[in-house]
Amino acid sequence: MEIILVSLLNGLVYGMLLFMLASGLTLIFSMMGVLNFAHASIYMIGAYLAFEVSRWFGFLPALILAPILCGAIGAAIEIWGLRRVHHNGHIAELLFTFGLVFIVQRGVQMIWGMLPMPYRVPSYLDFPLFTLYGANFPAYRGFMLLISAGMLLAIWLLLKKTRVGLIIQAALTHPNMVSSLGHNVPMVFTGVFAGGCGLAGLAGVIGGNYLTTESSMADAMGPIVFVVVVFGGLGSLAGCFIASIIMGMIQTFAVVFDYTIADMFSPLFKVPEMDTLLGEILTVPMSRIGPLLPYALMILILLVRPRGLLGTRDT
Amino acid sequence: MSDAARSIPMATPRRAGSAMTWLWVLGLVLAIALPWCFYDFAKARHSGFMISMFSQAGMMIIFALSYNMLMGQAGLLSFCHAVFFGFGGYVVIHALTGASNGSFPIPMELMPLAGGLAGLILAIIFGYMATKQRATAFAMITLGIGELMATAALMFQHFFGGEGGITSDRMIDRSLFGLSYAQSIEVYYLIVFWTMVSVIGMYFLTQTPLGRMANACRDNFERAQFVGYDPKIVRFIQFALSGLFAGMGGALYAIAYEIVTFDSMAGPLSANALLMAYIGGTTVFGGPILGAVLITVLQSGVSLLSNSWLVYVGVLFITMVTFVPEGLAGIIMAHGPIRKAGKLGKLAVPYVRILVPGFILVLGFVALVELVSFQTIGAAQGKKLVLFGNPIDIASNIPWAVAIGGLIIGGIWLRFESIVFGRVWDEITAELKRAEART
Repeated sequence: MEIILVSLLNGLVYGMLLFMLASGLTLIFSMMGVLNFAHASIYMIGAYLAFEVSRWFGFLPALILAPILCGAIGAAIEIWGLRRVHHNGHIAELLFTFGLVFIVQRGVQMIWGMLPMPYRVPSYLDFPLFTLYGANFPAYRGFMLLISAGMLLAIWLLLKKTRVGLIIQAALTHPNMVSSLGHNVPMVFTGVFAGGCGLAGLAGVIGGNYLTTESSMADAMGPIVFVVVVFGGLGSLAGCFIASIIMGMIQTFAVVFDYTIADMFSPLFKVPEMDTLLGEILTVPMSRIGPLLPYALMILILLVRPRGLLGTRDT
Repeated sequence: MSDAARSIPMATPRRAGSAMTWLWVLGLVLAIALPWCFYDFAKARHSGFMISMFSQAGMMIIFALSYNMLMGQAGLLSFCHAVFFGFGGYVVIHALTGASNGSFPIPMELMPLAGGLAGLILAIIFGYMATKQRATAFAMITLGIGELMATAALMFQHFFGGEGGITSDRMIDRSLFGLSYAQSIEVYYLIVFWTMVSVIGMYFLTQTPLGRMANACRDNFERAQFVGYDPKIVRFIQFALSGLFAGMGGALYAIAYEIVTFDSMAGPLSANALLMAYIGGTTVFGGPILGAVLITVLQSGVSLLSNSWLVYVGVLFITMVTFVPEGLAGIIMAHGPIRKAGKLGKLAVPYVRILVPGFILVLGFVALVELVSFQTIGAAQGKKLVLFGNPIDIASNIPWAVAIGGLIIGGIWLRFESIVFGRVWDEITAELKRAEART
């Protein structure tokens, strides 16, 4: 029981972090049709910038400054990069961001070196918040939940209660109509791209010291975020939210359970021990299959329901 | 995702005739003769570095061309192509072990067929899932498949050998011609043979109705549907066949290196296929060959000299995407009509004028990247930056000023010259158009 509760909380923390990344990506993707491959790279830049800022000014300024800087980087990419290749179609835009991944990856290593950064949780947040069945729940995870819940609320208010949100929502589903009505759609695009990158930067700030700030963190996070966006469905923030939480839960719960496929059959019949690939598939524990599950789930849902969980149109 | 499919047709070899044939022959002669250009007559042995680079180029040509069967010819952006390459490699490693202990008696020369068959079977399985979709959904499914298989390769020790990979010995003593394949030059000629077979095979595939329908489904799948073809089936067959050729490339990899690790299945190699095909040019059949050779040579050469190889590839790729989406081969093809009209000479001066600032720009950029990287990665490796035999002090301001100056001056100058170049180019093409209209 206690394992389930603790995993539930950890899964929620990880899922919210995923949502922070995925929400920006899904907004960009569904509005502009641009699959921003460099989204996780921006997340990594966010973490490195947060480390740099917190070294000089402290953690709280980093929490504000790093996302703003990431947003500025995003705006620059959109204005000077994506707009130029826009007339060559969406594939060209995708490839452009794909090329950025290499540059950011190596650029970060060139500037900060190959070793992980000593970016740590600030001391005033480094205490156990409460104790659950003898296991401590760190205050920083509570803080992460707080920040992500605040972000969720802010996005919801922005999209549902303001005029800007109305235009963004309309541009999500009917970009041509919105532009016909006289709104500056390219500027909305730039704004959304910058906003999405800012969110990725924020995820980098609070995720960088929760996980590790190193040059492989973009590679580790990138594919999962894509899975979340596709799984949740295009044009739907709610689907994206559900998918983030599901993926967060899967990743944390899979580590906890040690069952194998052979164990599942054991009430029915005894699986003979085999020294083959099949035998290995049957006896590999759940905790090791964990990293596979999100991809398997994504392929499954795209086969059954190409528009994703709550998507409004085909990917 | 809108249907912004590129409507550039594949270069049709209708009148190409003799020139094309000569290009094929030249390629073959070059492939056979090249190792002997680097033969060390004093020690009577081949240059190991060169042979291994040419061998690598051979398998990468197959890999990039088979990738272009999807990207260029069918308009499918795949992120799992290395899976078939790697799987072919794994199967051949097991086959080599089987051949030496007698359980799989196949001569060495036919091993690539085993790899190709493995790639084909896997591509049929995954193609069935992926090719139901097109465009972005297809790309996402293949991304998932790629990650799935790369993770699985790390997980299942028995077949994939985990992180260490699996090794085997290529001296299986089974050959059609009595060769032992102890020397890398023998392996190189085996690779040349199979590369030639695959390239010709893939070329003829573009001429079949299947190849033409793949183009049709790329450009306008709805119309292809109305004509009576099912785009899903066309995509599926194209995907499966490209898996076949990728598997053959992987087989050659396994034979040449005698080890296959999960790297040969993972994302970076799939990305490499995309880079090679795109930089070479996806709209011309020979484009990926150009890209594969270029990237392999640069990779072998530059990665020895510099830590920043990935930055250069990334910048080159972004430049191509932004300014030359038709790739290197596309640029070369664009000169065809001008050459025919005998106006190539008019471009010589503008070319020289554009190359000078371009060279300064590249030099400034490379210098800046190297200076930055020597502060961190280079320092960690304990290396010193040495240019033309002179050690350079990266702490002083002068090299930085030179690099940044070169970057800025080269950039501004190039911008100016490229406008001039564009004017000349437009003039010539307009003239050609007028001449065509008159006849």
